[in-house]
Amino acid sequence: MRRYLAKRLLSLVPTLVGVSLLTFLFLRLIPGDAIAVRLGTSTVLSEHQLAELRSYLGIDQPLHVQYVRWVGSLLRGDAGYSIRTGQPVVTEIAARLPVTAELALGAALVALGLGLPLGVLSAVRPNTTLDLAARAFGLLGLSLPNFWLGTLFVLLFARYFRWMPNTGGYAGLTQDAAANLRFLLFPAVTLGVAMGAVVMRTTRSAMLDVLAADYIRTARAKGLAAATVIHRHALQNSLIVVVTILGIQVGYLLGGAVIVEEIFAVPGIGRMLLNAIYQRDYALVQGAVLVVAVLFVTVNTLVDVAYGYLDPRIRFQ
Amino acid sequence: MAISTLASASSSALGALGGNRAALAGLGIVSVLALAASLADWLPLPSPVEMVPQRRLVGPNWGMPLGADAFGRDLLSRTVYGARLSLQVAVTSVTAALAAGTLLGLAAGYAGGRLDQALMRAMDVFFSFPAVLLALGIVAALGPSPSNVVLAIAVVYTPIFARVVRGPVLALKEREFVEATRALGASARRIVWRHILPNLVSVLVVQTSIALSWAILTEASLSFLGLSAQPPAPSWGAMLNEGRQALELAPHLAIFPGLAIMLAVLGFNLLGDGLRDVLDPRQRA
Repeated sequence: MRRYLAKRLLSLVPTLVGVSLLTFLFLRLIPGDAIAVRLGTSTVLSEHQLAELRSYLGIDQPLHVQYVRWVGSLLRGDAGYSIRTGQPVVTEIAARLPVTAELALGAALVALGLGLPLGVLSAVRPNTTLDLAARAFGLLGLSLPNFWLGTLFVLLFARYFRWMPNTGGYAGLTQDAAANLRFLLFPAVTLGVAMGAVVMRTTRSAMLDVLAADYIRTARAKGLAAATVIHRHALQNSLIVVVTILGIQVGYLLGGAVIVEEIFAVPGIGRMLLNAIYQRDYALVQGAVLVVAVLFVTVNTLVDVAYGYLDPRIRFQ
Repeated sequence: MAISTLASASSSALGALGGNRAALAGLGIVSVLALAASLADWLPLPSPVEMVPQRRLVGPNWGMPLGADAFGRDLLSRTVYGARLSLQVAVTSVTAALAAGTLLGLAAGYAGGRLDQALMRAMDVFFSFPAVLLALGIVAALGPSPSNVVLAIAVVYTPIFARVVRGPVLALKEREFVEATRALGASARRIVWRHILPNLVSVLVVQTSIALSWAILTEASLSFLGLSAQPPAPSWGAMLNEGRQALELAPHLAIFPGLAIMLAVLGFNLLGDGLRDVLDPRQRA
């Protein structure tokens, strides 16, 4: 197991180098530069002043020099400075990452809470009304744009019923749990529905496969109660597939958080990234994209490792 | 031989699709959207960009079934023309990804060795970014426009097609019929095009349908964030975002574009599920 773990972690290195290169190159493709965007048309600087500003920000250097400097700043632990706020990128990200992490975790809980029971019930009672309803949820959940669902939630629950604050925001879970719930419940549901649909479809499909297996017939034949067969034998084996899907869906959660945070004005990393993109805040965009990509890759590797742990055949392949 | 096999497989698949009600519903939705989008110029609709101040924020009525927006533009007309943009972006980007991804997947799978390793490691880098974030980053870098959205979606989906193609190619190239063709002296290009590619059609058809639904959703998301077509061009995501500004006064502005996006995505999802059931029963959801 230890060798398998080491091999998986080692295989991460070239991927992470590639990720850092691609992240770095993204914004360097832009025609025009950050200063022009920051100043707009209201301020006129002389060529000399522009050159000085570029030199101060380090964006007058050749690309490879800028890349090496950036990697250096990553290793130093500040990841550069935001052009907009002047704060170290790490400080900006650290302030917002817990918000997005809580939102993503909440969404994952919503997804599991909806998807797992619906998937199991749908597989155990195929072709019943319940199965049809669950499958309809599976399809509609996948087809609902999260920005539309979020907008409808705002319309209904902020404007009409006033169950959540109209302005959006965030309160820490430990400071004010009730306010925290008011701020994050609907964003988490918005983000979690589509993932719930994926979990439902995966659980149903895996359960149907497992329920048709010989050992389930044997378990039934030896007189085990139906609930025991489903819980101990079918569900536990189906969960391996569901765990894998959850890992892949973390990417959906992190990408979707950009839009959902924007709609509900949640001050997370997604909203920060979007504003940084609009304002060409190079260092902040790079930092945020890198953090999201590294998180995504790490979670997927952990899922792979967990998968190898759950199913020893994987390790020996 | 390969072509006749392909034709008979397609006709039997179409026959089986006829018995799948969900898939037929999907095909129906997609066909209506495609027809409306391509015939938009000939439909009795007002111009999607014509502003009539007197009818600002007017709700749905007999004259304007979906009402008018904050500039008094007809929402039905904007929704129909929005379908055109959405489908154009989705079809163009997915076609590009299909072509590039299939080529890369065939090359990696058939050649194997270092080329395979290099291509797959490069693909891993693209897989390290959440898909929407990657598309967002590309459009942010290149500038907001539908053509850049096409490029972004194509870049995101190319590695997915490549991976979907590579797996079966690895298995197919070891099969007896390929070995026999090789023994007869066929060139690598002929083996790949005439004998391996036709066997990938069902996988690619299913994946294309799923890709189209994802492309529509992604275009709408980027358009919602102001990164696709620019005003006054009608685009579903941007229309929905404009609708958010007058949510209480005129909820129809946010409801109808969202409904259009959902229907289009649902259509392709239903079709994709149906095609998978027919063409690849092992993957049935």
